[in-house]
Amino acid sequence: MKYLLLINAGELDLTGGAVGCEPEDWMRFDKEITEAGVVVASESLADLVTQTRVQVANDGQRTVTDGPFAETREVLGGFYVIDVPDLDVALDWAAKCPGSRAGGSVVVRPVAEFPGA
Amino acid sequence: MTMDQVEAVFREERGRLLAALARRFGDLDLAEEVAAEAIETALVRWPVDGVPPNPGGWLMTTARRKAVDRLRRDQVYAAKLAILQVDADRAEPTRPGGEFPDDRLELFFTCAHPALAPEDRGALTLRCLAGLSTPEVARAFLVPAATMAKRIVRAKAKIRDARIPFRVPSKDELPERLPGVLQVIYSVFTEGYAASSGPYLQRLDLAEEAIRLARILHGLLPAEREVAGLLALMLLVHARRDARTGPDGQVVLLEDQDRSRWDHDQITEGRALVVSALTGGPAGPYAVQAAIAAVHDEAPTFASTDWPQIVALYDVLSALDGSPVIALNRAAAIAFRDGPEAALTLLDSLSGEPRLRDYHPYALARADLLDRLERRTEAIAAYEQALTLAGSDPERVHIRARLTALKDI
Repeated sequence: MKYLLLINAGELDLTGGAVGCEPEDWMRFDKEITEAGVVVASESLADLVTQTRVQVANDGQRTVTDGPFAETREVLGGFYVIDVPDLDVALDWAAKCPGSRAGGSVVVRPVAEFPGA
Repeated sequence: MTMDQVEAVFREERGRLLAALARRFGDLDLAEEVAAEAIETALVRWPVDGVPPNPGGWLMTTARRKAVDRLRRDQVYAAKLAILQVDADRAEPTRPGGEFPDDRLELFFTCAHPALAPEDRGALTLRCLAGLSTPEVARAFLVPAATMAKRIVRAKAKIRDARIPFRVPSKDELPERLPGVLQVIYSVFTEGYAASSGPYLQRLDLAEEAIRLARILHGLLPAEREVAGLLALMLLVHARRDARTGPDGQVVLLEDQDRSRWDHDQITEGRALVVSALTGGPAGPYAVQAAIAAVHDEAPTFASTDWPQIVALYDVLSALDGSPVIALNRAAAIAFRDGPEAALTLLDSLSGEPRLRDYHPYALARADLLDRLERRTEAIAAYEQALTLAGSDPERVHIRARLTALKDI
């Protein structure tokens, strides 16, 4: 079963890194989860200020806006899609992920399964 | 076998049947449907053919056949079944006498899984393990049956779609997961002990369901001392049920209870369990609370209660669980050991706790201490606050009576 792990950063330090987790923590985690052979896809996202929103109205008019910039402290910073037997295993990986520490959180969401797909 | 006996068998067997089917097919909905169908079939066949020598095994075989039939008809499940069937056949140990394995422990952990909404865990546990129907569960939680049905459907859908597993946590996960299961059972009990609303102070059926669930869990995990502690706590508190309300359902406080009406067999059973819960390592919070209940139950009169012992146990408990509710109960015990003045100081130091702001026992305890210190105006204000917060009708009647007595002075 596939699960999406959405990594929300908590408090950020002056250089934009999450407080209390070093790049080595991320590298160690990425190595562990990759070697476990469960990763389907993973990316870390560029800084929030680079984000752009697109909406298309009913008349086909396209609107492009800078942002949006979340007002909450939690910001989506990256994701993993993993393929594991059940939710408990997915939760274990989420708990190991450095993004779940230092005020951050990892939201675990099952990927929908369609019959015949 | 009479119909009542048959129904008692089904009530007991249903949880085991459901657990075994849920684990085998990974789908609680399917398990419930085929378990119900198997029971219906039994109700038709047994009166004619006689009760089979192994009723549980018969129900399991019948339900499993129905599940396989249904899955074969259902294209969506067909591929899944092939995998599950292979896994299940590989995992299934053969038992002497055709008995099927007891998978209820798996089901306990699934129903109390932290990924489910806290209010759904108790509902699901009562539905799946205590064998209550959805309308019965709805009555237990005082919500409309339709609301409860939706909640149960939602919880079961999450188990299926997020694939919450049917498994017993490993030894090193157990300390993290077992308290959640105990919390579910204890919350059913506390709702039965002091109903949060409605015409009755106590709801004995709920308290008894909680005890029944704890007995099952204790049977499945006999070495887990906190399970024994929880069962002991509930037995030792439930033993006072008949003395806790008067003839018209009114509140009778511990100090006024007729102790000859306590259930002494239950006290004996609870005390034996407390001993095992406290032996063999540091005590857990349920074991300590059970010990406190045991000290109360052992006192022949309220006046002879061993308050220093109770305060000492509350000191141990506070170190394990810093919740303000425990601090409140500790202060109430201090009132009897050191007098109301000391206790009031402690209570006032808790006034900033958000969890106590709308908790009527806090206002009531303050009112009682102020009353004993003859600070009448403040006592009246505290009773009035308790009155606006109290849940069940008998509790409100009790507070009103205290208010009337005070205002008449």
